[in-house]
Amino acid sequence: MRPDDLLAALARIVPPARLLTRPSALSAYESDGVTAYRARPRAVVLAETAEEVVATVRACHAAGVPFMARGSGTSLSGGAVPIEDGIVIALSRMNRILSLDPQARIAVVEPGVVNLAVSAAAAPHGLYYAPDPSSQSICTIGGNVAFNSGGAHCFRHGMTANHVLGLKVVLADGTLATLGGPSLEQVGPDLTALFCGSEGLFGVVLEITLRLVQRPAVYRTVLAAYDQLQRAGDAVSRIIDSGLLPGAMEIMDRLAMDAAEAAVHAGYPTDAAAVLIVECEGEEAQVAAEFSRLTTILDASGPTHLHVAATDEERARIWKGRKSAFSAVGRLSPDFIVQDGVVPRTRLGEALVAIEALSRDHGLRVANVFHAGDGNLHPLILYDGRQSGAFARAEALAADILRLCIRLGGSITGEHGVGLEKRAFLGEMYGEADMAAMRRLRDAMDPRGLSNPGKKLAPLGASHPASHGMHPLERAGVISRA
Amino acid sequence: MTTIRPDSIEALAAAVPAHARLRIRGSGTKPGLAHDTEGAVTMDLSALRGVTEYTPAECTFTALAGTPVADVIAALSSHGHALPFDPPLVAAGATLGGTVAAGVNGACRYRFGGIRDFVIGARIVDGCGRVLRGGGAVVKNAAGFLIHQALVGSCGRLGVLAELTFKVFPAPPAHVTMRAEVEDVGSALRMLAAVQAARVDAEALDVDQGRRVHVRIGGFPEALPARVDALRRVLGSSAELLDGAEEARAWSEAGEFTWAPADAALVRVPTSPSSVADLDTAVALAGHARRISVGGHLLWIACEASSLDGLDACLRDRGLVGQVLRGASGRPFLGAHVDSPVEARLKAVLDPDGRF
Repeated sequence: MRPDDLLAALARIVPPARLLTRPSALSAYESDGVTAYRARPRAVVLAETAEEVVATVRACHAAGVPFMARGSGTSLSGGAVPIEDGIVIALSRMNRILSLDPQARIAVVEPGVVNLAVSAAAAPHGLYYAPDPSSQSICTIGGNVAFNSGGAHCFRHGMTANHVLGLKVVLADGTLATLGGPSLEQVGPDLTALFCGSEGLFGVVLEITLRLVQRPAVYRTVLAAYDQLQRAGDAVSRIIDSGLLPGAMEIMDRLAMDAAEAAVHAGYPTDAAAVLIVECEGEEAQVAAEFSRLTTILDASGPTHLHVAATDEERARIWKGRKSAFSAVGRLSPDFIVQDGVVPRTRLGEALVAIEALSRDHGLRVANVFHAGDGNLHPLILYDGRQSGAFARAEALAADILRLCIRLGGSITGEHGVGLEKRAFLGEMYGEADMAAMRRLRDAMDPRGLSNPGKKLAPLGASHPASHGMHPLERAGVISRA
Repeated sequence: MTTIRPDSIEALAAAVPAHARLRIRGSGTKPGLAHDTEGAVTMDLSALRGVTEYTPAECTFTALAGTPVADVIAALSSHGHALPFDPPLVAAGATLGGTVAAGVNGACRYRFGGIRDFVIGARIVDGCGRVLRGGGAVVKNAAGFLIHQALVGSCGRLGVLAELTFKVFPAPPAHVTMRAEVEDVGSALRMLAAVQAARVDAEALDVDQGRRVHVRIGGFPEALPARVDALRRVLGSSAELLDGAEEARAWSEAGEFTWAPADAALVRVPTSPSSVADLDTAVALAGHARRISVGGHLLWIACEASSLDGLDACLRDRGLVGQVLRGASGRPFLGAHVDSPVEARLKAVLDPDGRF
């Protein structure tokens, strides 16, 4: 098939109302959560069935035209930016929960199902879907699989890959494959894990079997305030050393708290340099024993303030402040860049000191929000894009922070993926042989290089694309970057 | 049969391209997974051993593949840590690399997940002798492809796992197990479902020979009495309480498969709670010993090697796949196993010359 014949072929796959080609219709698909990266696709296919997706992939392959699957477009690394003149396969209409087996604790879903909808469907059975990116009220499971998304509870519960038991996929050349299955156990290589975090470079996910977990009988949440950020970090180390396994441990610095307070009035203390949020979960007697130890540890960690959530509403307010912190930062600065680096937990303090120094060196404020339990930093670099050179300085600072994470033995991304934004740094984190193996793997899965090209693995010799800006949904406080 | 025994990753990487066919071996506790390829040289990893890094404050450790799991457990226990996937065959001498390559978990994987959920990084020697790194040493990492996790369960056919990095968890300070006798496997599975519905944080849910339900819980000692009371309300007043050394021994024996005759083939079959009763009944009728594990997501079967053909047909009829850990080498899979195009492509990348 010639590339020029592709649109006619697509028109035979979906009805006209679901094949978008007019510029006004395409404009909504030009970017993802990182709005500075933009590209105009040739067309958008609004798929409603797996068969339509497979037919579209096969048509693109036959025509040699690149394509990219897209859910809600909340990617925060430029991973779901369209390919210029390529095809977008929009999966948000494939949003059915196909089955839910409470006894086996699995749900089979289409890729366009919104993350939180799985937990809502599982709730009557006392179950939920554990991975909880802050955008979980809008991001889709298919996107979560593509980026191996995380959230606040990864230390205890793991990332998306830990909760995907099976996949039905179409590889980039149209080959169908079933990976894994409905059991917690499996035989043979863990190919579902291989697909998780592949950022659309191998093909498109058609169906996902998710592991559900038991909803804890009780949660207990405490907020500790400190007059130094370092003290909050030290408290996390003490908790880990004590043998406790909290569901979540989150830290916010003063700047991040100010933003959250301004946005949602979470009730955070006004005079603290940092707050630490810790949550225990499980059976009532066990949580009572854990929480007693936890508060003893926190008491001894020198907090200026300790507040235990007495009601579900208080707990929800604490979390609302944390989860809205990033979108709220827009109230403090017209523009910001968020980074998503990871450092070994024991080097968190060192990383924060280094980030503070970098902030001074570059003359830009940095707000810190991080998943302290697993060393996942989210420094927010605040800048004013109207000032000449400010954006370049912010990008330089962001790059320095990523390199700091690599130098400390960490990762350039804990949960957002590499996408366009960080592809230039992947080769600094991995060696040449590792990168070559990743390229060979990509070539094996997608010999013509048509599935989401340019993401994760930079085309050889490519320059680093610039990015900045805030997604409209972030401005509205609907989604968050951490 | 030629055997080579590299004592470093460098020596391992140098040795791989020198041989046309290689068979990877740890301590030989799962001989059923070995493939019979004529002329294959055995790559014995037993000299590649040792915990190379353990950072208790990070809850991570790195060890060479030939390290006995028992050595890892000993190192971790000194800091109150444990391997949450509860590896089996520890006393028998299982190695870390062999456990990962086989993809086998123990009963307590029910609580927090299986091996692949805890392997956060690896150094792999591919079929061309290249040393590749997958993942890293931090517990959260979305960079690169999860090649290291894909090799979980690969049975040495894609590459050699040379060094592995794991996330670990604090070990519960105390455990108890409740054991209840039931009429049949259907009753047993209903009991497991009732335990789940009661929101009990069970470490393990097993059914021994279709007739005895085992529920293990772990946590702080002062919390256990109240939790046992809650569990007893589900299991009934006749449920027996095991604690201390007796309790630990019961699960250690389960992990060493002492219920299986020593000369029997040992087969591992992923199931689901809705499919396991039918298979358990069929296996019982055939006279085989068996144990349901992981809350109904796994059935272990012990049978005479001569019965593997019948078991193969039984699994095939049900669309299930079995993995033969012990019994007959050269026949690692039973039942409805089909080759995956994704696995074939991964194999072409990591082992283009088909050495493994």
